[in-house]
Amino acid sequence: MRSRNTRRGLAVAAALATGLVLAGCASSDSGGGDAVSGTWPGDGKAECKGLEQLADFGDLSGKEISVYTSIVAPEDKPHIDSWKLFTTCTGATPKYEGSKEFETQLKVRVQAGNPPDIAYVPQPGLLQTLVGTGKVVEAPSQVSDNTDKWFGEDWKAYGSVDGKFYAAPLGANVKSFVWYSPKMFSDNGWDVPKTWDDMLALSDKIAATGIKPWCAGIESGEATGWPATDWLEDVLLRSAGPDVYDQWVSHDIPFNDPKVADALDEVGGILKNDKYVNGGIGDVSSIATTAFQDGGLPILDGKCAMHRQASFYAANWPEGTDVSENGDVFAFYLPTMSEEFGNPVLGGGEFVTAFSDRPEVQAFQTYLSTDVWANEKAKASPNGGWVSANKGLDINNLASPIDQLSGEILQDPNAVFRFDGSDQMPAEVGAGSFWKEMTNWITGESTKDALDNIESSWPS
Amino acid sequence: MSTGEKFAQMFIAIALFFVVVAVILLLTQRMRSRTGEVVQAAAFVLPAVALILLGLLYPAVTSIYQSLFDQTGSNFIGLDNYKTVFTDSEQLTVLRNTAAWVILVPLFSTAIGLIYAVLVDRSRFEKFARALIFLPMAISLVGASIIWKFVYDYKDSSQTQIGIANAVLKGLGLDTYKFILNDPWNTLFLIIVLIWVQTGFAMTILSASIKAIPDDIVEAARLDGVGGVKMFRYITIPSIRPALIVVLTTICITTLKAFDIVRTMTGGNFNTSVLSYQFYREYFISTNQGLATAIATVIFLLVMPIVVYNVRQMRKLEAR
Repeated sequence: MRSRNTRRGLAVAAALATGLVLAGCASSDSGGGDAVSGTWPGDGKAECKGLEQLADFGDLSGKEISVYTSIVAPEDKPHIDSWKLFTTCTGATPKYEGSKEFETQLKVRVQAGNPPDIAYVPQPGLLQTLVGTGKVVEAPSQVSDNTDKWFGEDWKAYGSVDGKFYAAPLGANVKSFVWYSPKMFSDNGWDVPKTWDDMLALSDKIAATGIKPWCAGIESGEATGWPATDWLEDVLLRSAGPDVYDQWVSHDIPFNDPKVADALDEVGGILKNDKYVNGGIGDVSSIATTAFQDGGLPILDGKCAMHRQASFYAANWPEGTDVSENGDVFAFYLPTMSEEFGNPVLGGGEFVTAFSDRPEVQAFQTYLSTDVWANEKAKASPNGGWVSANKGLDINNLASPIDQLSGEILQDPNAVFRFDGSDQMPAEVGAGSFWKEMTNWITGESTKDALDNIESSWPS
Repeated sequence: MSTGEKFAQMFIAIALFFVVVAVILLLTQRMRSRTGEVVQAAAFVLPAVALILLGLLYPAVTSIYQSLFDQTGSNFIGLDNYKTVFTDSEQLTVLRNTAAWVILVPLFSTAIGLIYAVLVDRSRFEKFARALIFLPMAISLVGASIIWKFVYDYKDSSQTQIGIANAVLKGLGLDTYKFILNDPWNTLFLIIVLIWVQTGFAMTILSASIKAIPDDIVEAARLDGVGGVKMFRYITIPSIRPALIVVLTTICITTLKAFDIVRTMTGGNFNTSVLSYQFYREYFISTNQGLATAIATVIFLLVMPIVVYNVRQMRKLEAR
């Protein structure tokens, strides 16, 4: 009995094994190396006007492109909607996949030899790491041409590594904003400041009325401190200019350079000034324990007048808040300190990184780099919260007033765009000591000690 | 890799397992002698031992080896990382905090759990009362941390409070307090969270143990005129001693590994970091492999004696 059972078990196991090995072989498919063939399905279609570049890739009907991003539901819908035109004009279908663990998972997938066709990479630093693995494919000439045409030189540089252009910019956000209440300002007869000195004069004026003019919060769990790094970057751009900023980010000048110390002291003049902060919350040190999402909310209660935070802070106002020029809250451009450096804009954005050079993937990259897509995306985002630095983007297609303002700032010919510096520094600094020391700095550490500690943590 | 391929691989793995087991059975079933039994036993135990060697021992040894190297793992620097762990002022704060956690959490959780178990034992609301204290166990540590973060929320005394702790202080006419920020007391406020969670565990085990005390012992003690505190001191405690030790050591090990609370509530800022969080931070954020593995080794060395002691007590408990 026992031996018969064993034998039957063996036979079943063997049969299973053989069958499955065969099945395993059958499912491996071929990829890459397809030649361009056929006429593009968009030929002659009215809606495909402006996308003639896609004709270079021929008929792509039935082809699929896997797209991997950090944007999850419900914000993924506008993206998927904006691709319909691509399917109409080429026949190929992009497949969307979003993950909150994008940054870690993407590295894992690339290392495991299982990368997506396209990834929306939100940091130039991460792009460099990915290019370092040798798996990233250079952008085709169409994408390069479009980037030259529709984006500035500065944007193209952030998508390049060692002089080679890999990734075209996609969306953007503007960080150089000060949120305020237009109602509160007009009730009190305050004007939106146009220069840095005006802003400080206004702060004094507000402080004299008994209201603390500024509120802030830098608590963000493990990332606690990042809003303070944005403050320093924004001020350094204004006080020392974009060139010094670039040298500082790439560590050509030390992190604790006297110019950086001056900029941080300037920030301290606001954030560590007990007369100025922390409106509606507490004293200076309460900045460190206030969640960044809550940092600007006292503006709605009239307990705080100004809050410096990026355009995406628009999503943090409670439902029903009127975010517009004459509404409950709006933002003004963080003023410049001098005419010398134009209008510096600190911001962020994503880059379309490809891990395959199949024609449908290149066609999709091309589509995303056009002005047509930028406008499609704007129209597909009826609730706003999206903007691009694409110069072909019609501001009127943007849904919300704050997006329109961001769009105007990004397209301003005087604008000097600089990417968030901490996203470009090595992780030890950009996601480690910079955050940590800025938090310590808020809770009492001196400017010199904070900058010295970050400098000493820079990997040699 | 598509889902289909993943399934295919899974089935192949399962089939392989069957094949291996079948082969072992086939090869060993003919041996009937005494040595045959040894061979049979070895054939089944050895694969498990090999997996333990591969999955546990090998990484442990590699970690210890790596802890002797520098940041990138390329240059041998001897015991320098351990010197940093025990001399650097930031790391010393981490050690101080870890000590506070490991001493306070087991003591308080066990003490509160024990007293509670004795008090509700055989009372009318016993089940309800036990469920009440056991509930926090059902919440993940991250969830508990988020709840307590709200409890400790700080606003200046002049503002509307959203944290219940400060709302109470304000209601009493006192100044609001920065629970999360003020070093070193903030560590104590984080410790309270873990005590809140672990007390239920201590209570459950101890309660079961108390119920297992033979009735004749209790009755004999009663006849001798023992009651109340004396009963607790001379009958209950000695009878449940092994269970007490298991609870204390288990919570001790949990505490040494506790990292969720620190990560969620402070991110290690404001001098609240502990070894287990510092290890994560050094490895994954600061990418300092040498120092991180050194910290991991220190945790390993600290946990080891407790685990050995715990397992021995567990055996005693089962032998009874």
